[in-house]
Amino acid sequence: MSAPSQLYQEVILEHNKKPRNYGLLSEANRRAEGRNPLCGDHITLTLNLEGDRIEQIGFEGHSCAICKASSSMMTSTVKGKTVAEAEELVQQFREMATGKLNPESPESRLGRLKVFSGVAGLPSRVKCAVLPWHTLHSALHEEGAVSTEGSADPTARNE
Amino acid sequence: MIGTQPAPTLTPSEVARIRADFPILQRQVHGKPLVYLDNAASAQMPQQVIDRLVQYHTLEHSNVHRGVHALSELASAEYEAVRAKVQRFLNAKEEREIIFVKGATEGINLVMHGYGRLFLKEGDEIVISALEHHANIVPWQMLCKEKGCKLRVIPMNDAGELLLDEYEQLLSDRTKFVALTHVSNALGTINPIREMISMAHRYGVPVLIDGAQAAPHMRVDVQDLDADFYVFSGHKMCGPTGSGILYGKAQLLEKMQPYQGGGDMILSVTFEETLYNEIPFKFEAGTPAIAAMIGLGAAIDYLEGIGLDKIDAYEHELLDYATERFKELAGVRIIGTARHKAAVISFEVEGVHPHDVGTILDSEGIAVRAGHHCAQPVMQRMGVPATARASFAFYNTKQEVDALIAGIRTVQKVFG
Repeated sequence: MSAPSQLYQEVILEHNKKPRNYGLLSEANRRAEGRNPLCGDHITLTLNLEGDRIEQIGFEGHSCAICKASSSMMTSTVKGKTVAEAEELVQQFREMATGKLNPESPESRLGRLKVFSGVAGLPSRVKCAVLPWHTLHSALHEEGAVSTEGSADPTARNE
Repeated sequence: MIGTQPAPTLTPSEVARIRADFPILQRQVHGKPLVYLDNAASAQMPQQVIDRLVQYHTLEHSNVHRGVHALSELASAEYEAVRAKVQRFLNAKEEREIIFVKGATEGINLVMHGYGRLFLKEGDEIVISALEHHANIVPWQMLCKEKGCKLRVIPMNDAGELLLDEYEQLLSDRTKFVALTHVSNALGTINPIREMISMAHRYGVPVLIDGAQAAPHMRVDVQDLDADFYVFSGHKMCGPTGSGILYGKAQLLEKMQPYQGGGDMILSVTFEETLYNEIPFKFEAGTPAIAAMIGLGAAIDYLEGIGLDKIDAYEHELLDYATERFKELAGVRIIGTARHKAAVISFEVEGVHPHDVGTILDSEGIAVRAGHHCAQPVMQRMGVPATARASFAFYNTKQEVDALIAGIRTVQKVFG
């Protein structure tokens, strides 16, 4: 078993320190909040959809390093992508974080997001990494708020 | 109190012998020796308790209070012997004042149901404190919602000490119940509950004390405290999960309604009417956690074999040592600095979320709790979303405190 500290790779620490797209958009046509009630992670995501393309995106929040770095990398990855492309990444990220998708496999579109694959071995931290992606999904579907408990729990047994 | 004489403590060789009793303390985690500092969440079991469980399951198991056969009588005798043990442990007046429950949470819910639902009504007030664990908040909120009662909360200062003047102001003829923690699980504050109980009694109000964080660490005398109810969990005092105690004054328990219906809590049942059993059995429906309770008895023997006064004194030495060593760490703040504290250090590492602190300490083999500790109102009052918490037991050592300090330096290096 690898040490949990291996999760804290350079790129994650760097994104935690200098998150990209940090700050809410003053005018946004999509907004959602994500909460991880067990550990208190809380992020707010704003974005502008033009047609079906994510033109602008910004987030703010109080969270652990894993969640903040994941938010930062999520926003920079999906900026400029279509809703369908973003949704595919939501799905793939979730599968990688729960150990169901190898990010090196040919169908993977995760690229550098693979730095988060280590959370699969740390059940208590899966939710931290997945929260920004759930929040994105919720913003794209205008659901407003998401919690990692209940049906959106990435570690739930029925998943 | 023994004047100026220093309290007897545990010597390093005694602690070494004690550690040898705990097989789990010999194991490694992530290739490093385990440093277990999550005792406020759950303490480890010594071999003596494990052996007692094995012996029970191997040779003694049967249902209690039922059979006429030898095994049932043996199991019943061993099980009931624990009641007498707990009575002595808490210095309760009578054995029948000891109710077996699965933990402190169930004990509180039992009192909420058995006393609160029967005697409280609309407009009555329940006083709790800002330091409570969710287990001593939510049941009372449920009761307030159902009955139209009002929950009043004793505030605390920035150190995490309850404000007794404010408490005095909250008490009135409307107050019908008080529920307080003996020791805060999140901050370690030891509340002056003897005084607080006596303040409530001036209004004739019964008081429940949540002793989950106190019973493993200090001598508790329910008669001296004059507590009306006192609850604790076995697994926080080196016993098995699923074992717990509710102490209640006999005259209160007698007028309460049963908590659950079923076998063992009845004297006679017809389809028209059921006659409830005497206390304590009135509150113990169904087959209980027999092995767990027998294990709790072994845990009490173990703790008393060491001596609660020695445990208390030694853990305070550890707390003082750890508090001093924390001062060496720039950018680390202790949350909860009450004058009277149990061996709990909740802390914040500047710029690092507690969960990241917990994960990195874990890779060093150091187990701490990270989060809100089931005490979200405490976190809100202290202005933090969560903390990391190191909580000590008598089997911890100063070397383990040193390992924690080194681990926090590693956290700071990773995030530097």
